[in-house]
Amino acid sequence: MRQTRAKNVGITLFILLLLTPVYWLLNMSFKTNQEILGGLTLWPQTFTFDNYAVIFTDPSWYNGYLNSMLYVSINVVITLSVALPAAYAFSRYKFLGDKHLFFWLLSNRMAPPAVFLLPFFQLYSSIGLFDTHIAVALAHCLFNVPLAVWILEGFMKGVPREYDEMAYIDGYSFPRFFIKVFLPMIRSGIGVTAFFAFMFSWVELLLARTLTSVDAQPIGAIMTRTIGASGIDWGVLAAAGVLTIIPGLLVIWFVRNHVAKGFALGRV
Amino acid sequence: MEKIPNNRAWWLVLPVFLLVAFSALIPLMTVVNYSVQDIFGPGQAYYVGTEWFKEVLADERLQDSLIRQFVFSGFVLLIQIPLGIGVALMMPKSGVKGSLCLILIAIPLLIPWNVVGTIWQIFARGDIGLFGWGINQLGIDYNYTGDTLDAWLTVLLMDVWHWTPLVALLCYSGLRAIPEAFYQAAEIDRASKWAVFRYIQLPRLKSVLIIAVLLRFMDSFMIYIEPFVLTGGGPGSSTTFLSQTLTTMAIGQFDLGRAAAFSLIYFLIVLLISWLFFTAITHADKEK
Repeated sequence: MRQTRAKNVGITLFILLLLTPVYWLLNMSFKTNQEILGGLTLWPQTFTFDNYAVIFTDPSWYNGYLNSMLYVSINVVITLSVALPAAYAFSRYKFLGDKHLFFWLLSNRMAPPAVFLLPFFQLYSSIGLFDTHIAVALAHCLFNVPLAVWILEGFMKGVPREYDEMAYIDGYSFPRFFIKVFLPMIRSGIGVTAFFAFMFSWVELLLARTLTSVDAQPIGAIMTRTIGASGIDWGVLAAAGVLTIIPGLLVIWFVRNHVAKGFALGRV
Repeated sequence: MEKIPNNRAWWLVLPVFLLVAFSALIPLMTVVNYSVQDIFGPGQAYYVGTEWFKEVLADERLQDSLIRQFVFSGFVLLIQIPLGIGVALMMPKSGVKGSLCLILIAIPLLIPWNVVGTIWQIFARGDIGLFGWGINQLGIDYNYTGDTLDAWLTVLLMDVWHWTPLVALLCYSGLRAIPEAFYQAAEIDRASKWAVFRYIQLPRLKSVLIIAVLLRFMDSFMIYIEPFVLTGGGPGSSTTFLSQTLTTMAIGQFDLGRAAAFSLIYFLIVLLISWLFFTAITHADKEK
């Protein structure tokens, strides 16, 4: 009993330490700049929503969020639609070069994005996709598709092949079996994969920033605008930061019961 | 499960193959192309062989950032892996409390990397940040924008804050996969807590720990945005890691040949070390 208590204290302490920097950001986002620079206060003395108002009323600010959301969504859709059949193939069949292909895919997860920066910039410029959402979505496929194939393959291996065979005997065609029977069986796997694809695309900035200039600029790049001639607008910067955390929280809430299994496969 | 040989499965992997080939193979070939040429302008490229590689390998700035990178990644692994295991052992086993812990601990992972930098930029400042202010109040002179050691410690602390949750969550799910019967057997044998950890939990965590070490090595080796926002690579170039050196070279100075040669060396180092880790661990596994 005493040991459980020690554990509870330990974990609570860890979580508190983990959340303190986030709290500080939240705290600052509700303060005026005078208060932020005037001295250290543990909670806002003059509580204000002005910093958020700046973001929600200025299109050049909130468009950054919309841009990020848009390319992340496109990326998740592309990732899932190509990775699902591929993961099925890897989980069910032996074919020429399957192992090499699998390792080659995974090696892309190891590639530092900085290596691909310049060629990506040139590639997407030359095909006229520079500064579009689709360019960022495609670029993020570099690390998200291999990851998705890997996670999904793990979930698909858990479904016995008898299901496939039964469906054929019942006269299902392959596409119909895949969509009507198979996909519903690995729902949680798809959810977890979508979560990780979302997460890695949402947090990445290096490629997103390099491949855009105005029309598809991610929120992360827009945040640097708060550094002006008169110094940094700390309040707005903090508010913008807080708003970037919310989508992630929403998404993890939806997959909270399955995400542990995703981690259990160790395929992140 | 026995897999059926069927080459028509290629049709199913073809979209992935084409997509990844488009976004990995073409750019990689471009890099290879640049690395062996000297380019003055359109249509004015000269084959220079391995000259860029020789130059890059001899460049002191790059050697320094390579050493910094290894030291950084080493500390990251040394701190985050044991800490992550410890946290995972303390997490509640199941129920609402378990889910709540999971979500709260995952929060740093969901924050865009530049915002992670921003959070710490604010949090560690001596005037407006709780952390920096607190340290200064303790009578310790701390300033991460001026002092090299402070800058290093802040970057390291930021990375520990940012990524220990990943290690913890991986280990947590590894622990959940251990059957209850193992613990019951240990109890009958009156095994000590340490013995349970050493002989039951740790061996069972091995596969997730391999993944955790690999991921943390790879990702810490590619770190860019967080220190860039926090310290800008300074003071001087004391926190300039490999990705930043490369980015400055490629985008800032547009030094294509040298940047390309550097890119290839960089990529090969990551691949080689990941492969070494992986084979060393799986080899040890087989011998048992």
